[in-house]
Amino acid sequence: MDIHEHQAKDLLSGFGVPIPEGIVAYTADQAVQAAEEIGGSRWAVKAQIHSGARGKAGGIRLCSTLDEVQAAAHDLLGNVLVTNQTGPAGKVCHRVLVEKAVPIAREFYLGLVLDRGLERVTIIASDQGGMDIEQVAHTSPDSIVKEVIEPAVGIQAFQAREVAYGLGLTGKQVKGVVSAITGAYRAFRDLDATMVEINPLVVTKAGDVLALDTKMSFDDNALFRRPTVNELRDYTQEDPREVEAAEHGLSYIGLDGEIGCIVNGAGLAMATMDLIKHAGGEPANFLDIGGGASPERVANAFRLVMSDPQVKVILVNIFAGINHCDWVAQGIIQAIGEVNLEIPLVVRLAGTNVEEGRKILAESGLEITSTEELYEAAEAAVKALASGKRGASV
Amino acid sequence: MSILVDETTKVIFQGFTGDKGTFHAREAIAYGTNLVGGVTPGKGGAKHLDLPVFNTVKEAVKATGATATQIFVPAPFAADAVMEAADAGIELAVVIAEGVPTQDMMRVKRYLLRYPPEYRMTVIGPNCAGVISVGKAMLGIMPGHIYTPGRIGIVARSGTLGYEAAAQMAKYGLGVSTSAGIGGDPINGSSFLDMLKLFEKDDETDAVMMIGEIGGPQEAQAAAFVRDHMSKPVVGFVAGLTAPPGRRMGHAGAIVSAFGDTAAEKSEIMRQAGMTVATNPAELGEVMASVMAQKV
Repeated sequence: MDIHEHQAKDLLSGFGVPIPEGIVAYTADQAVQAAEEIGGSRWAVKAQIHSGARGKAGGIRLCSTLDEVQAAAHDLLGNVLVTNQTGPAGKVCHRVLVEKAVPIAREFYLGLVLDRGLERVTIIASDQGGMDIEQVAHTSPDSIVKEVIEPAVGIQAFQAREVAYGLGLTGKQVKGVVSAITGAYRAFRDLDATMVEINPLVVTKAGDVLALDTKMSFDDNALFRRPTVNELRDYTQEDPREVEAAEHGLSYIGLDGEIGCIVNGAGLAMATMDLIKHAGGEPANFLDIGGGASPERVANAFRLVMSDPQVKVILVNIFAGINHCDWVAQGIIQAIGEVNLEIPLVVRLAGTNVEEGRKILAESGLEITSTEELYEAAEAAVKALASGKRGASV
Repeated sequence: MSILVDETTKVIFQGFTGDKGTFHAREAIAYGTNLVGGVTPGKGGAKHLDLPVFNTVKEAVKATGATATQIFVPAPFAADAVMEAADAGIELAVVIAEGVPTQDMMRVKRYLLRYPPEYRMTVIGPNCAGVISVGKAMLGIMPGHIYTPGRIGIVARSGTLGYEAAAQMAKYGLGVSTSAGIGGDPINGSSFLDMLKLFEKDDETDAVMMIGEIGGPQEAQAAAFVRDHMSKPVVGFVAGLTAPPGRRMGHAGAIVSAFGDTAAEKSEIMRQAGMTVATNPAELGEVMASVMAQKV
């Protein structure tokens, strides 16, 4: 789960990470009030959406007057921002963060990630703040400082110092960066984060260390024990179909193609998408109905896939383990009865109770193309799309 | 003798008396797994499915001599159950649960290091289909009837793609020695590499089908092992060629977030390591059949 920048700053601040003075605003008037309360003569008005790269997309405005703050907030609030991370649909901005703008002397990158190879949290830092770290790792790997944290004992002060000195810092700035690093690690560990990114971490001209932009992601599997994090969820930033899917115990990701997929198992769901592509089509979605799928869950999956107007053909691919093919077949028939299916349907069943499942489909009298093999199913779906009409009856 | 489990392996269930535990315990017994009891704290002394129930894994091990456990407790309690099994001297734990917090798995992996390698428990999973040594024993949730006994090992992240591989190979007359699902999470109890090492030593396995997916460095590690240390052929496949970057594809670990994470990159790494790589998931059986034909 992702959260907004201002929420990440609040959380990190609680762990001792120094952050700029800032107030979140939901209206342009609130933004002006916030700027007045913060004081000073320069402010940053920052669109709060779940995406990085907001600056390049015009989502971060530097303002020198309260009128400019008003105008910037007015411009951002309620509007959709498209960044290179949001996809073409963009994300709607419902709140802005008004912050005191401070003159910056140096910018750094600081990231904490789970290193899957080492199975430990790793700190990555670089003196090239504001840049995409993957890019930096590629172009100037020598500028990257790394520390691996031992989960049994947590971060040690020397590790944070090594990062600070590795970034070329001196004097009291070392202390500031050490606080930022140790705080960020404790937040990562205590809140079950999967990623903490401070980019840039800056040294101001006054010599202070500040986390200017922050990003945090959390382990969905651990939200049950992190109620304060769970509360920060902002559904306006998520694909409503994905949210609905999750409510029904389904895992769904919308894509751009025309062949809707309903599959059991994440690996098989990905493989089915790949096979559609291989057969010359484009998948409209990833959808894993999970194990032990009831007819109701299958029906929900149908509703979800059909809610995408781009979908012209539906391909169901089930290899039943805990699932039973006859349950799935019943679910398909129930769903067709409810949703008035007008597009071709291709079904491939295999595994537990496959004969019963195929029999249920065959005896239903519905127009369903039923195949035994995976490639037949993908080919039939692509063919049905090309011919633009229903597949042959079973 | 196949890997990890066979018909002589004494198995207990943790989370034995729950609905899921009961259902899969029945399936395991029906398949021939040597189930000797189970653990449900608070129900020690009772009988379930005609088998003894214990309060702790230590009691179960002492009374039954069990060496393997199938863990059917809910995800929030899985890490605790795994560590309990390790401390009781269990040799193999299979964790089916989906949704175990990543930091719990980090702690589990560190905890296991307190035991010297020769006494360290092997963990399979979490978020996996389990392990089946075909015709001998099943510690998992797979449909046992789709597997025919044979000499090909399967190791897969995804449960259903593992079934798919077994079913496709059966059409070419190729059966399975052991199939192990290592699971779809970012941190797995055992890696592809761990399984390949076991298959390489197993005299009942002639070749291995390795089914990976996007995300993480494990496929590349395994490919290097194949290149440097495997005498047996390994056929590879990586799911997720069409997965968009930065999106989690169902499995918590299936996300392209770094260089080398994509299906195309992983497939290429495998090819360069000398593996035969299936280009689409419908030709898993066919590719293995052609590799086996060349071998003879």
